[in-house]
Amino acid sequence: MTQVCAEGTVLFEWLCRPFSYAFMQRAALMALMLGIVAGVVGAFVVVRGMAFFADALSHAVVPGVAVAYLSGGVHGPLALGAMLAGVGAALLIGFFTRGGRIREDTAIGIVLTASVALGLAILSAARKGSGGLEELLLGNILGIQDGDLRLLLVVGGLLLVTVRLFYKELVITSFDPVLGSTLRYPVEGFRYLLLIMLAATAVLAIQFVGAILITAMLVTPAATAYLLTKRMSRLMLVSAAICAGSSVFGLWIAYHLRLPTSAAIVLTMTALFILAYLFAPGRGIVWNTIHARSAHAD
Amino acid sequence: MPDIQINPVIAPYALDVQGVSAGYNGKLAIEDVSFSVAKGKRVALIGPNGAGKSTLFRAIVGLLPLRTGEICIEGEQSAAAREQAAYVPQTEDVDWSFPVSVLDVVVMGLARRVGWLRLPGRQHRELARVALDRVGMADYARRQIGELSGGQKRRVFIARALAQGAHILLLDEPFTGVDHPSQHTLFGILDDLQAEGVTALVATHDLNTVARHFDELLVLNRRAIAYGTPDQVFRPEILAPAFGGQIAIWNADQQLIMLTDQCCP
Repeated sequence: MTQVCAEGTVLFEWLCRPFSYAFMQRAALMALMLGIVAGVVGAFVVVRGMAFFADALSHAVVPGVAVAYLSGGVHGPLALGAMLAGVGAALLIGFFTRGGRIREDTAIGIVLTASVALGLAILSAARKGSGGLEELLLGNILGIQDGDLRLLLVVGGLLLVTVRLFYKELVITSFDPVLGSTLRYPVEGFRYLLLIMLAATAVLAIQFVGAILITAMLVTPAATAYLLTKRMSRLMLVSAAICAGSSVFGLWIAYHLRLPTSAAIVLTMTALFILAYLFAPGRGIVWNTIHARSAHAD
Repeated sequence: MPDIQINPVIAPYALDVQGVSAGYNGKLAIEDVSFSVAKGKRVALIGPNGAGKSTLFRAIVGLLPLRTGEICIEGEQSAAAREQAAYVPQTEDVDWSFPVSVLDVVVMGLARRVGWLRLPGRQHRELARVALDRVGMADYARRQIGELSGGQKRRVFIARALAQGAHILLLDEPFTGVDHPSQHTLFGILDDLQAEGVTALVATHDLNTVARHFDELLVLNRRAIAYGTPDQVFRPEILAPAFGGQIAIWNADQQLIMLTDQCCP
């Protein structure tokens, strides 16, 4: 990098300047680590059809963060509050839907909106203005502290180790819960484990992209990888690569175009998804059309 | 019971179901079901929709707790003995777009042998290939599971059951959406497995194949209505009450005509 990005060259100004600031370096580090974690956890979200659930959990952390914010501003126990709220919401949704009493999408819709409303009520009752809320919903890379990166490293590492340790069991219980039961695996236990991992990822991502757009980090890269791969292990790797890559790229392009970083990151991911949807070998609609036409010509 | 007195070491039944009741949410789907299957037999499980065929299968593999009764597999009642039985689910219960290869699916059957916290190794993939070979699907190992035909999907799941080490296969509607040549292949595979001592219980709506291809039939409608050879079971006085409105029987000029409605399984 030092040769390519020799200071003063045009290339340096264009490519490397954005990352010469300390806050951008911290943001890039967060983008990389978070991208890998969200990409891996998101792979399970997509193959299990839990996208709406992921959306709910990422909003569910809002009231927890709001309470933590009130107790000590940006130095309050934000991660702890978010973690408790996220896990609480996951368990609440699981509780409502147990035994088929209420359909899962209904329970999710209720918990999702109730969480945001509660966060809103808590913040305005305390008259702290809307600054905190905006940061919660949209993210703020300027506020990333070294402590946030350490937390991400520890919790994110823990999540990846968990996926590695229980990979076989997670895949089996996702693909065929009946086989999981006959193998005497705790199928419901693994579902809760995934929900907790989902909540933890949402907590890690809230500062980076904000509660509203966390779902995109969990769903869009994994959905793109889903179109490009045929095996779960490959899907996870491709998803992590796309998620981390587009996060860093989004950061960079946001600097140049003066866009909100979360918007630039999510739009980058969306663009890649659309490309895959159109051109993925064997699955993309344009690829299929061209293939069908050439097969017809034969 | 003279047989047993003369020869007390007679081989136990592969599957012995006695007085079993089970169900969901406090409602019983099957009640007081009893029957015994000898090793290596191929038994068809027939009955109208909602008769409790899937419930019976789920009870046998231990997915549902038994409300009453007991199930012995090869003379043993333990949970470990239950692993001798493997359930092959209906096609619509499986997400075929899931990103797993044919070999991945069969390797899943070896999960307990692989053990907790470990990933399958070369020896497990080798065992899975052997199981695939037994159902003639070794050439498809690398395909994504959704790229297969209905009959091929069945064969892969049978291979997985074999990899699990199961001696008793419980096949839930294996012929639904499977064309005739593939049905023929499936029966060929079941023939081979039977010769190796594998017992198969097959839930099906296809009464035509039942009469020709099975040793014994179990007629189920919440209760076990009848159990026996096709000749013993295919009688109006047995089938009419079992199928209720879903079957009509005419006795015209020495010829028995049975009409069934196979809609909406």
